[in-house]
Amino acid sequence: MKALLSGNEAIARGAYEAGVIFASAYPGTPSTEILEAIAHYDEIQAQWAPNEKVALETAAGASLAGGRALVAMKHVGLNVAADPLFSLVYMGCPGGLVIVSADDPGMHSSQNEQDNRWYARAAKLPMLEPSDSQEARIFTKLAFEISEKYNTPVLLRITTRIAHSSSVVTLEPRAEHPIPPYQKNSEHHVLLPVHARKIHPEIEARLQRLSRDAVMQKCTTILRGNSDVGIITAGVAFHYACEVFPEASFFKLGMTHPMPVDWLFEFALSVRNIFVIEELDPFLEEQIRALGIEVTGKDRFPVVGELNPDRVRQGLYGPETEKKEHSHEPVSDEIPPRPPVFCPGCPHAGMFWALKKLRFRVTGDIGCYTLGALPPLAAMDSCLNMGASIGMAEGMERVLKDSRHPVAAVIGDSTFIHSGITGLIDLVYNGSHAVVVILDNGTTAMTGHQPHPGTGRTLKGHSTHKLDIEQLCRALGVPHVEIVNPYHLDDVIQALKRAKSAGELSVIISRAPCILLEKRRLGAPLVIDMNLCKACNVCLQLGCPAIERVGQQYRIDPAFCVGCGLCARGCQLRAIVSSDDMMIMN
Amino acid sequence: MKLPSETTNVILCGVGGQGILLAGRILAVAALEAGLDVKKAEVHGMAQRGGSVITHVRFGERVFSPLIASHQAHFMLAFEPLEALRYLDFMSPDGTIFINQQKILPQPVRVGKMAYPTGIVSKCKKRVHRLIAINATHNAESIGDPRVANLIFLGMLSRFLGFPESIWQKAIQACIPSTKQEINIRAFQFGRDFLMRRLSIPEKEIRGTYIITS
Repeated sequence: MKALLSGNEAIARGAYEAGVIFASAYPGTPSTEILEAIAHYDEIQAQWAPNEKVALETAAGASLAGGRALVAMKHVGLNVAADPLFSLVYMGCPGGLVIVSADDPGMHSSQNEQDNRWYARAAKLPMLEPSDSQEARIFTKLAFEISEKYNTPVLLRITTRIAHSSSVVTLEPRAEHPIPPYQKNSEHHVLLPVHARKIHPEIEARLQRLSRDAVMQKCTTILRGNSDVGIITAGVAFHYACEVFPEASFFKLGMTHPMPVDWLFEFALSVRNIFVIEELDPFLEEQIRALGIEVTGKDRFPVVGELNPDRVRQGLYGPETEKKEHSHEPVSDEIPPRPPVFCPGCPHAGMFWALKKLRFRVTGDIGCYTLGALPPLAAMDSCLNMGASIGMAEGMERVLKDSRHPVAAVIGDSTFIHSGITGLIDLVYNGSHAVVVILDNGTTAMTGHQPHPGTGRTLKGHSTHKLDIEQLCRALGVPHVEIVNPYHLDDVIQALKRAKSAGELSVIISRAPCILLEKRRLGAPLVIDMNLCKACNVCLQLGCPAIERVGQQYRIDPAFCVGCGLCARGCQLRAIVSSDDMMIMN
Repeated sequence: MKLPSETTNVILCGVGGQGILLAGRILAVAALEAGLDVKKAEVHGMAQRGGSVITHVRFGERVFSPLIASHQAHFMLAFEPLEALRYLDFMSPDGTIFINQQKILPQPVRVGKMAYPTGIVSKCKKRVHRLIAINATHNAESIGDPRVANLIFLGMLSRFLGFPESIWQKAIQACIPSTKQEINIRAFQFGRDFLMRRLSIPEKEIRGTYIITS
């Protein structure tokens, strides 16, 4: 049977077919849909973890007990899980364990463009890279075979174009994977130095063995074409190269660590000019050069950004080919950008507006609310990584000591649970006076509204204990905790003023559900009474996409306005009123 | 390796929230139902928050790249005029553009920092063989829901692709929950009959630019 699946759905299908019984993840674009798709299979215990490190640790336990386990994360998530990763390669995973790393070349939805293939080399674990959805399904199953045979976690590395592209997949039935009786093996599973020293040589030896294993035949595609041009490639770049230069000879790696060295030598001898086409870093190129094989690579194909058929064509044929064929005037310089914006009625907008008004320095974090950094709000000074806002606020406050510009950390509920809690413990312990604002919209909004421990719901839709953020903050020892409704701007400003002058650490929980979860208008659309409006521009500073300015005229688009009333509360002239009230007045 | 015979390339573009991902999915499933190889590329996450959205759909005997190269798109369904202009370089000179004339102002225009470009239709028509501009949002409102503009577009496109109508029915049923199917199928039919009704010439004979105002 055939189906059209995204790469993420195909990985979920592969996990199902491989007999996986446990899967965990923390949501992160472009990996999120893997666990969402796995959750549809009753045979698999699928769950959201508070962060990627915990996800990998639970999977390590499941695998230690003999069950097949899968974890998925975006590229930066693997940084969080790196601590267990490096040692898990020593411990092994008797049931089989696959770690999916979804990298984001082009940074469609990420804060950096790191190439996680280096993790495979650094942590010494095998890595597979599918090039489309069908391979995503097949390689997931192969990864479990390898994991089990060599007692090592396997990295399945995908990119945004694999994760979010759909292509045709053949479906196969599930093969149950019986769980063997548990065997205690502390020499391999308790990583004392005395044990780990014995394991390290095994790791080096197995990578050598793997590079000549028969499984390489299932992973590698060699296409004999023109003997002048040989292309060594992997992942989606293979398809771009096929499109651009179908007559070339191809060596497509499915396993990119370790590499099938003997076959690479054979291929290199069979072609005159070799191009290495890979996205991001010269990961393959440097290793192939180290074998003594002459290749053309990153001098022709960019390290920065995502590849596409045009960039591959320019690398192979030179930049001029395209221009000669299509010499019309460019249209690109006059096109206004369309940056992502806060949704109309977003509860975060009012908090940023107030923080800016009170001249806070704001350390930000990862989530929808990072959009508070963009104009017109422009109310954020930094955004580094998940949970960083809290520690950074403390550091900034220690150095700045400027009462005119107090320091506030701004972090979402899901991000706070992911990795903000330890930061807050540090602020309590070391006596920081910073303000921590937790934007609690009751969901993981940016990645598509996944539940988390603070929601009281699980990935499979069951109800569970609901973490109480307020009680948690008090238990950590935060001296001043309060909850505000972010739509009540006056209350928000008063709370921030109290926190600013408290002389001790304050947490403000700004609590209102994500407007997209509400799925309803909060009130009648608002209208601007142009008799009262003095064109002061304050309403536009809220960044609400429903408010627009045409010359000196301001208007609210009734199709977009959800009636949250934030703009009416921000307008000092009381020129913004509910359309219901306006009708009554008329 | 043998070059695959002709692949059909379709760009769907617009603003996050306009139903572009759904329209792309229905088109791709229809191609699969027609027995073709198909690939579809899109991006989720940050860009969906009211940002510019583009989906690439490619189908044919065998499809390699999920992304369409410059000047290779045969069709563009532009759900918003400015987005047609933004992705115009994808269009082949013998391609067809369908534009929804309903503007959605981007943030720099809303706050008065930049102007919304003028003459979009004439800029686009210089680059392609065939351009059809309609107000799909108004048409969708008349059907009962402004959100089904995406199905009107698919209905128009369907006339140019030659898949049997039953395949479209199947694809719509596979991608849309049963409670919403009736209005979406009506919107699709509206789009499928629209050009013949308004222009009274068979689709294949349409050349040049048609601006249909209501």
